[in-house]
Amino acid sequence: MVRSLPKIDVATLIAFGCIVLLLLLGAAAKPGLLSVDYLVQQLQVASFLGVIATGEMIVILMGQIDLSIPWTISMGGMMATGAVGIFGPTLGVPLAIPFGIFCGLMVGLINGLGVAYLRAPSMIFTLGMNAVAQGLMVYHTGGFAPQDRATELMVAIASGQLIRGLPNPLLVWIALGAAAVYMLTQMRLGREVYAIGNRERAVFLSGVDSRRVTLIAFALCGACAAAAGILLAGWANRSYQAMGDPYLLPAIAAIVLGGTNVLGGRGTYLGTVAGVILITLLQSILSVLQPQDYFAEMGIKLPADVFRQVVFGLVIIVMMMLYGREKAVR
Amino acid sequence: MTSGRRRKGDWRYGLAAQRGPLVAAAIFAAMFGVYGAAQPNGLSVDVINTAANKGALLALVGMAQTLPVLTGGLDLSVGMIFMLANCLASTIVTGSAAASAFGIVGVLGAGLLCGLVNGLVVVYGRLQPLIATLATSAIYFGIALALRPQPGGDINGDFADLMTRSTYGVPSSVLLIVATIVVVWIPFRNATLGRAVYAVGSSEQAAYMSGVPIARAKIAAYTLAGFLAALGGLLLTCITFSGEARAALGGDYTLNSIAALVIGGTSLFGGAGGVVGSVFGAFVMRTVGDLLIVFNINPVLQPLFVGLVLLFAISLGSLRLLRVRNKLDLYR
Repeated sequence: MVRSLPKIDVATLIAFGCIVLLLLLGAAAKPGLLSVDYLVQQLQVASFLGVIATGEMIVILMGQIDLSIPWTISMGGMMATGAVGIFGPTLGVPLAIPFGIFCGLMVGLINGLGVAYLRAPSMIFTLGMNAVAQGLMVYHTGGFAPQDRATELMVAIASGQLIRGLPNPLLVWIALGAAAVYMLTQMRLGREVYAIGNRERAVFLSGVDSRRVTLIAFALCGACAAAAGILLAGWANRSYQAMGDPYLLPAIAAIVLGGTNVLGGRGTYLGTVAGVILITLLQSILSVLQPQDYFAEMGIKLPADVFRQVVFGLVIIVMMMLYGREKAVR
Repeated sequence: MTSGRRRKGDWRYGLAAQRGPLVAAAIFAAMFGVYGAAQPNGLSVDVINTAANKGALLALVGMAQTLPVLTGGLDLSVGMIFMLANCLASTIVTGSAAASAFGIVGVLGAGLLCGLVNGLVVVYGRLQPLIATLATSAIYFGIALALRPQPGGDINGDFADLMTRSTYGVPSSVLLIVATIVVVWIPFRNATLGRAVYAVGSSEQAAYMSGVPIARAKIAAYTLAGFLAALGGLLLTCITFSGEARAALGGDYTLNSIAALVIGGTSLFGGAGGVVGSVFGAFVMRTVGDLLIVFNINPVLQPLFVGLVLLFAISLGSLRLLRVRNKLDLYR
């Protein structure tokens, strides 16, 4: 009976514990903060990061990393909004979302080809793809002003509520998360992803085409990043260059805070969910607490971002010290 | 290499060991040659000086990145240390000559301290270098932002002029790079710690078994990386006469530094390569942008070409796959 309960690892528990701690801290500093509206709004903001982290997590589980997500996000958003200009108004509006995701998928496929078949180190290959995607997007906007307005459907998906009280992006994240959990725990592909993260050579010797698995994982990551870009474009009602820049490091941080080993092979999706919510809440609570006001009273004027950055860094170090330490070399 | 006796074929071995830097230098020479030939006024002193100043910034950050990578790690905070040094220099390297001198020591000391913190967190905190330096980079960015909420500041004009002018056609920034290699890098590489850095990068387990000072080697690598990045930040302040804390700037330099060292032939898995290659790699990266301007290609296309050059350079490394006889060697 006990066996059938899902195993929750220490990292996930600590991450969820920190979330509760943060909420209590916020509630203590600002009574009335903990309303349902506030929490739902935080989850809505978190879902953008969650969609990105879903794809990146699959890649990290394989022991690789995808650094091309900033401009894949931008590409997803900009291509979706630009579809009207490319395909014309009749075809462009319905094709906007599929076309955006398709572009992200293509970036991911090229990443996958480079990493799996050219055996290039993923860190540097995806970095190169990031620059190429950036170049293509800058070229796309240069010279003429492209269509950057989000379609009605995109706005509806990003800011509407299909079910009362549950914002649509959250629904997207829940659906995507459920699919990811199913893929990682029930499907052969998921098993192979974990196995490659542990030892690719053994996976190859077991008769698995590990290169194909790598290719699929990178393609999924690109598609997820582009989907997040489309959501972000719908949320902001328009797309713009570098809209994905602030998401790379938080996504990686959320994944490792959730207990995923950055060298691959270990990690649960539940942990990533905890990490994403933790990162989002951390940013939000800091802007509620406004620590810069205390310093301003002492005569030191500091921008709010100072605290956000420093606390962000310290939290990662402290939490990873708690459960992310490597074994000492013996 | 240190043995006194030289046998026939030694030069061939030496050449093979230096293939990365040599290839990078050749690519750079070719690109810069084309750049010079296409200049309307030829390669004047000013043109060389400007190119050298621009390239030296990335070269220093690339050198900084190389050291942790040699140990099999990574330092995602070099760009932010670079920026922090820039913000600090624009605040304290001002006023009289003596005050400026103290300021310079302070900036370089801050770089050493940042690097030391990275090293301590990686070695004694036993965190993944990627995660540890990701976290510290956020902290350093925060500090830089606290120092310079708005772009501005100033630097001692004489010092800035000394660092950015060229003497008898030799840019000071090139002298700075050469001096750094001769005074810092070569003694370090030949010392026990430098050897240990390579040993740790090749195989930490074997290095441990052989009694190599692993902890000291790693800490030294990260600390020196902080120093080199701060040197770059100091040079940036001399060029721009101001400090600016912009996340994109630091991130750009961090990512480009990885690209520079890969072009320079350093292995991302550690244990092979050196900073000299990274210097040429950095100059290759910067010359791509210059070439676009010369050939009248829209400058907005610069990232595209830099990315394509990078992908091309990586794909060249894949030629080794053709020589692999046993398919198992493809996989880790």
